[in-house]
Amino acid sequence: MFESSLKQLGDALRAKRISSVELTQSYLDRITRLNPQLNAYITLNPEMSLAQARAADARIAAGKAEALTGIPFAQKDIFCAQGWLTTCGSKMLHNFASPYDAHVISQFNSAGAVNLGKTNMDEFAMGSSNETSYYGTVKNPWDTTRVPGGSSGGTAAAVAARLCAAATGTDTGGSIRQPAALCGISGLKPTYGVVSRYGMIAFASSLDQAGPMGRSAEDLALMMNVMAGFDERDSTSLQREKEDYARDLSKPLNGLRIGLPKEFFAAGMGADVAKAVEAAIAEYKKLGATIVDISLPNSKLSVPVYYVLAPAEASSNLSRFDGVRYGYRAPEYSDLADMYEKSRAQGFGAEVKRRIMIGTYVLSHGYYDAYYLQAQKIRRLIAQDFTEAYKQCDVIMGPTSPSTAFKLGEKGDDPVQMYLSDIYTIAVNLAGLPGMSIPCGFGDNDMPVGLQIIGNYFDEARMLNVAHQYQLATDWHSRAPQGL
Amino acid sequence: MSLSLADVEKVARLARLAMTEQEMQAAQAQLSNIFGLIAEMQAVDTRGIEPMSHSQDLAQRLREDKVTATDQRAAFQAIAPQTEGGLYLVPQVIE
Amino acid sequence: MTWEIVIGLEVHTQLSTNSKIFSGASTAFGAEPNTQADAVSLALPGVLPVLNKGAVERAIRFGLATGAHIAPRSVFARKNYFYPDLPKGYQISQMDLPVVGQGALTIQVEPLSGNAKPYEKTVRITRAHLEEDAGKSVHGDSQGVTGIDLNRAGTPLLEIVSEPDMCSAAEAVAYAKTLHTLVRWIGICDGNMQEGSFRCDVNVSVRKPGQPLGTRREIKNLNSFKFMQQAIDYEVQWQIDTLENGGKVQQATVLFNPDTGETRMMRSKEDAHDYRYFPDPDLLPLEISSDWIEQVRATLPELPLAKQTRYVNDLGLSAYDASLLTTSREMADFFEAALGNNKGQAKVCANWLIGEVSAQLNRDGLDMARCPISAQQLGNMLQRIADGTISNSGAKEVFRTLWAEGGEVDTIIAAKGLKQVSDAGAIEKIVDEIMAANADKVAEYRSGKDKLFGFFVGLAMKASKGQANPAQLNDILKKKLEG
Repeated sequence: MFESSLKQLGDALRAKRISSVELTQSYLDRITRLNPQLNAYITLNPEMSLAQARAADARIAAGKAEALTGIPFAQKDIFCAQGWLTTCGSKMLHNFASPYDAHVISQFNSAGAVNLGKTNMDEFAMGSSNETSYYGTVKNPWDTTRVPGGSSGGTAAAVAARLCAAATGTDTGGSIRQPAALCGISGLKPTYGVVSRYGMIAFASSLDQAGPMGRSAEDLALMMNVMAGFDERDSTSLQREKEDYARDLSKPLNGLRIGLPKEFFAAGMGADVAKAVEAAIAEYKKLGATIVDISLPNSKLSVPVYYVLAPAEASSNLSRFDGVRYGYRAPEYSDLADMYEKSRAQGFGAEVKRRIMIGTYVLSHGYYDAYYLQAQKIRRLIAQDFTEAYKQCDVIMGPTSPSTAFKLGEKGDDPVQMYLSDIYTIAVNLAGLPGMSIPCGFGDNDMPVGLQIIGNYFDEARMLNVAHQYQLATDWHSRAPQGL
Repeated sequence: MSLSLADVEKVARLARLAMTEQEMQAAQAQLSNIFGLIAEMQAVDTRGIEPMSHSQDLAQRLREDKVTATDQRAAFQAIAPQTEGGLYLVPQVIE
Repeated sequence: MTWEIVIGLEVHTQLSTNSKIFSGASTAFGAEPNTQADAVSLALPGVLPVLNKGAVERAIRFGLATGAHIAPRSVFARKNYFYPDLPKGYQISQMDLPVVGQGALTIQVEPLSGNAKPYEKTVRITRAHLEEDAGKSVHGDSQGVTGIDLNRAGTPLLEIVSEPDMCSAAEAVAYAKTLHTLVRWIGICDGNMQEGSFRCDVNVSVRKPGQPLGTRREIKNLNSFKFMQQAIDYEVQWQIDTLENGGKVQQATVLFNPDTGETRMMRSKEDAHDYRYFPDPDLLPLEISSDWIEQVRATLPELPLAKQTRYVNDLGLSAYDASLLTTSREMADFFEAALGNNKGQAKVCANWLIGEVSAQLNRDGLDMARCPISAQQLGNMLQRIADGTISNSGAKEVFRTLWAEGGEVDTIIAAKGLKQVSDAGAIEKIVDEIMAANADKVAEYRSGKDKLFGFFVGLAMKASKGQANPAQLNDILKKKLEG
């Protein structure tokens, strides 16, 4: 049952071979048993989950089930869910029981899905290892001395360890793709604007995008059908025709042109990662694809550009956490300014404070042009590189992360080293393109390696097709961590 | 590039983050490293390049001028640190 | 050597939309605290802004009314600062690319010193931009705490920034009043100053003629024209005194205390100089098509200045009367409705409105919108004056009755017996009678004592119970006395 695809689970539920309550309870039992080793969840609320499961069973009985009705999903703790503690991995929101639902949560709710719990994450999604969470580090299910990646590390660990059928993530600079790679699962960051950001706690508004994380491209397609779509409450939500993301899954890949950016295969990538990625490319050739060498000359600037733009937006987005209307307020203070400064100093962790300070600095008087404006201009150059590249190819492939999962604490003291682990993923967010990561083998220490697939704007269905065909030909995606 | 301790102090104040002397010194070192990384982009010639704020070149969608919200004060204030008579309370504001 | 005063205004007008600028919460004034603070007004984590079309439309109206350029593309920016009435820790405003560009407003200035003559001046408007209002701090009884009410947070504002073109308190007040009239005239703001719908920040500096601009201080949040006058007078004198005593004026934000009549420095907003503006990533550029601008233009009423010109040129009114009749759209509409097609009556109609009607409204503490007499009623009354049915004194009686009791003009005339006697025969008979009864006075008159004419008019009027048509009576009396 824990190995079933979403489609199989949906079929079983609708055929009443299993009830949603039974399925949900089985997952809850498994979480109780395994989560203490992994710390993938911040909040569980079996009563609420089971109430949703009962409602789903009633809906199935009434013959009104949809594809995901009754299936238990985990939700990244960045999504506001009414009645659920929504912490965003921060002490700042340790007591924030959301009074409303994010668009993504409403979409799952109206599909009749069950919310199994809120997954752990780097604080305010700022991190690549899940070590910045106020609620403790998440462990990689393949080796619990290693990080699961971040910021959607709780989701990645929960999916890999079969602690949910699938789950949601968000990706500002690689936060879906990098943990998916490090935990050996599949994850998709859609085109910016395809999934509404309403109710998703903002990190860097112009880069943030929610997406599905699961065990196969097919599962992701079914989730996209629920998550994507126009939402009038988000000004950056795109008004497009509703599409079926599973429509092209079974198309053959003959004639597919895969662009390989030379910059992604240069120094910096681990030899084990290179080997697995190259093997995957070889597999694609067998499936009928042709390889095109391309260049993304400005992509090397994506890390510095990102570490100006994302902290700038974040420094402003996180100003609302002031201890006045919700969230953490320092127990003692002398006056208003002291209340602000103490609440924020105590409520935010070190990495969040660091990024707020970077962002505040680059926006401050006299520095704006040199940093913020310059970064926005280079952002355009980076995006234009992709536009040029897509004149020659259909999808771009490369590694998701330069290395497999590193040891807990290994990069703890050096933010710059940590930031560089997002080197292959960040350009995609800056351009607003869709990107995904799928498992493509194992590297040193038997840790999973992710293959990154970058599509052109709105090409999610094609990317899912490209990933699905590979997953039909290989079995990396169905490997499960042993020994938990 | 490196930041001075005064820069760190100013930024911490603007961002309303209480910091000890020690924390500021640590931040100074770390931020200087990060700005070293960021400095890479300074050399790029961006004359004539339009800054990019959004990935899609679209215009703002407008909402009809209609009242759609209802009073949810009780629910919203149930999670507030301090309220009285429907007001959020803060230490005295001196104008 | 005298000092030159330099004044510029920033006026925050609350736009008269139903809902807030970025959410569907109500903007109605006076609700229980925080009952109109929705998730967006409260800046709950994860909420996002969506721009209100009604707010943009009102900005366009203003731009058109001041002959300004409407930006085809404008951008919202975040102005970052911490304050408990600012829930997001930033205000969404416009910085580099405002929706309304340069415009102008022509004002009539009535100098405060008694003998100077009124004059006209054109004040340049630098820009007008859309932004959101903040909440309110409520200082209650509890010691050491402030209450925050976020009902007002997110109310749309159009901030109208003038050039420093004004050089006296009188000019500043005239500009503010003209602007106040205009925003109500074009229906974008209710103009209620007590409720904070129209708030003025005044930048004041002084300099010696020919010198560069002095350092300015900004007087914040003036919500009455009287206070504006007092605050500017105080501030100007304070700056002059400071400079003449060898001191320096530091750039500052000050508040006016109506109780003491003084301005004082604000203690909050210390890091006002570093707002860290940047384009709001949650909002896309605002694009306004020329089609939309033309649609709005088509719904714009005739503006005060255009009306004034028309009243002077077509109706023969004085510039002064024309400006008084256009102090509000209600006044002008009333005037035009009462006048109807009787252009010849314009002066009489204007006199009634500027005189009796305005005076009565004043006495009763009413505004034009709540005038107990309708334009129709006043028009009917004017008709009866014009056709000689009633005299001016009769009209005053009709007016008093209409004001107090209402009713039909003709019914009142009949009921009160106010109809003038215009029958020449009847008047001649009265004149003959009083001349016969006062033969001695007739003789005196005829021997050159002209002043006695008034005496005969009085007697004749009394005899007619005030109903004789005065013009006709004059003619007949004159003819008969001169025999």
